[in-house]
Amino acid sequence: MKARLGITIVIAALIFLAGYAALFVAPDEKTMHAVQRIFYFHLPSWIAMFSALCVVFYANIAYLITRKRKFDALGVAGVEVGVMCCTIGLITGPLWARPVWGIWWTWDARLTTTFILWILYISYLLLRGLLEDPEKKASLSAIFGIFAFLDVPLVYLSNRLWRTQHPQPVIAGGNGSGLDPLMGKVLLLCVIAVFCVMVLVFIDRYRLELLRNECDELRFEIESRSAQASSLAASFAGEVNE
Amino acid sequence: MKNFEFLFTAWMIVWALFFGYEITVARRITQVRQEIERLKQQLDGR
Repeated sequence: MKARLGITIVIAALIFLAGYAALFVAPDEKTMHAVQRIFYFHLPSWIAMFSALCVVFYANIAYLITRKRKFDALGVAGVEVGVMCCTIGLITGPLWARPVWGIWWTWDARLTTTFILWILYISYLLLRGLLEDPEKKASLSAIFGIFAFLDVPLVYLSNRLWRTQHPQPVIAGGNGSGLDPLMGKVLLLCVIAVFCVMVLVFIDRYRLELLRNECDELRFEIESRSAQASSLAASFAGEVNE
Repeated sequence: MKNFEFLFTAWMIVWALFFGYEITVARRITQVRQEIERLKQQLDGR
């Protein structure tokens, strides 16, 4: 409990530092000015999303191989956190686009593949809600999760493969790409802060899913005990009647 | 600061979503823990 409190305080301090650096330390961008600072939380939310969805992909494969419920729990936790990070990116993107492009949204390759990704993982969560049998739920979710992950590299490569309204990558984007060194340092700090928050939320969501599994097992035990007791009572009543 | 309202809105949304989500997860954990406790007591025949 003390360790958890310590970690939370460190992450809160990181968030404060990252926020301060993004607003007051990072240099002003020449053409976009203040609104460009959305970048310091827009890009980190995508990095956090990609990381969460990579864990989901691993968990889905691991579940199909081992059939251990902890991997199903890891998968659903990752999808929920990934969807949340994707939602943040999909909201902050248009807020940045409106004053810069003059439009909130356009159906270019990057934005469309990202929107499809969001829809796919929302469907993953809806699919789980429709299924009752835990085994079936976990298996179908894992298969669907692997299928949904196919869109992840497509999102990453979309503005490298096609000309898009969305800017070309500023990091690892080839010739002409790159960031001002101070902007790069602030961005790194923001990536670390958002990533840490994502990990903290992910761990809690995973714990919740493990507790739910424990709860299901207890319910199953109670039901099987009461079924056993009623069959015993029925056989006893039969003997008495004879 | 030009377009500050967009920056401010984006900023608020990022942290409101993260903290809002964390609060719902923490609340759900508390509920499931209480349910586990109740089921354990039921199993012990109390």
